[in-house]
Amino acid sequence: MSPVHYVALSVILFVIGGVGVLVRRNAIVVFMCIELMLNACNLAFVAFARMHQNLDGQVIAFFVMVVAAAEVVVGLAILMAIFRARRSASVDDANLLKY
Amino acid sequence: MSHTLAAAGHGGTNTDLIAEETMFWILAVASVGAALAMILVRRAVHCALMLAVVMLSLATMYAMQGAPFLAFVQIIVYTGAVLMLFLFVLMLIGISSADSVVETIKGQRMAAALAAIGLFVLLALVIGHAAIGPAPPANADNGVNNLTGLATLIFTTYVFPFEVTGALLITAALGAMVLAHRERTSPKPSQRDLAARRVASGQLAPDPSPGVYALHDAADRPALLPDGSTSELSVSETLSPRDPSTEPRFVPLGEPVPVTAASDEQSGEREAIPGRADS
Repeated sequence: MSPVHYVALSVILFVIGGVGVLVRRNAIVVFMCIELMLNACNLAFVAFARMHQNLDGQVIAFFVMVVAAAEVVVGLAILMAIFRARRSASVDDANLLKY
Repeated sequence: MSHTLAAAGHGGTNTDLIAEETMFWILAVASVGAALAMILVRRAVHCALMLAVVMLSLATMYAMQGAPFLAFVQIIVYTGAVLMLFLFVLMLIGISSADSVVETIKGQRMAAALAAIGLFVLLALVIGHAAIGPAPPANADNGVNNLTGLATLIFTTYVFPFEVTGALLITAALGAMVLAHRERTSPKPSQRDLAARRVASGQLAPDPSPGVYALHDAADRPALLPDGSTSELSVSETLSPRDPSTEPRFVPLGEPVPVTAASDEQSGEREAIPGRADS
């Protein structure tokens, strides 16, 4: 299989994740869509690492995974704090900073 | 130990071309379908399941592309840890929290679809213009030496990003603790306070457990009082809004107990009530 196929698949997954971030309003689902986008990037990294026959792409994908894990931990903690204050996980309800 | 792991990784990546092609198309269809389902289903738990499908497909693709270490990290860290964290928070927030379908911003979906098409066309053009060469087979460099090669790179070329990653993880852990911590605004009630409160409330005994004297002892079945009416106290408050129609039938002694098919049907109806999950 050519890396083009893998990169095309990663583009498709990235766009689907982007649509999810734009459309969904449950904050947890928005987070999941962000995870989907990060995974799509990782797939492209691994495909390019194979194409170039070196492991740098895989190392970068590994770092992306670590950063994604940290992001999820902090994001979900923020979500919990908001849920405790507002009793809602919808991104529409956290609008106090608007005024 | 590392040698055997690397050998196992090599064995997993040594697929011939037709097998790889077949696997790719199966996994591609599965992952794209699951990703689409993820943004289409309304319940957050179903989204998490679909995300698990996507992540496992991608892990298999990593293994096919000569990245056995990343494949296992994907399964262990993403599917094992991150997704479980998502599910934990989902359970804390409420399993039935689903998106409402009304648009708060007018034309948001249309704008999102336009943006998605624009992004897709842009990225597709970039890929079309990029010189992406043919794939060399996943050979020994990528297979057997995957672990040692990754370790060498991480601890030589990328040692500074690696250290920064450690700092990031510590900061994230501290941040999560700070955010999740809740200051106690009132002194902690002692046992004496609790006893006084219980006496003042007029109810000394604990609440009746669900299902007492009812046909089922499921947690959503209210207990029956001696006169045959139900006790609202016995069902958890989070369960009662789910099924206001639950009426355990009181069967007097000596009459045949009805078979549970009727109650199963009733619970099936309960599952199908739409609109109760709006948050």
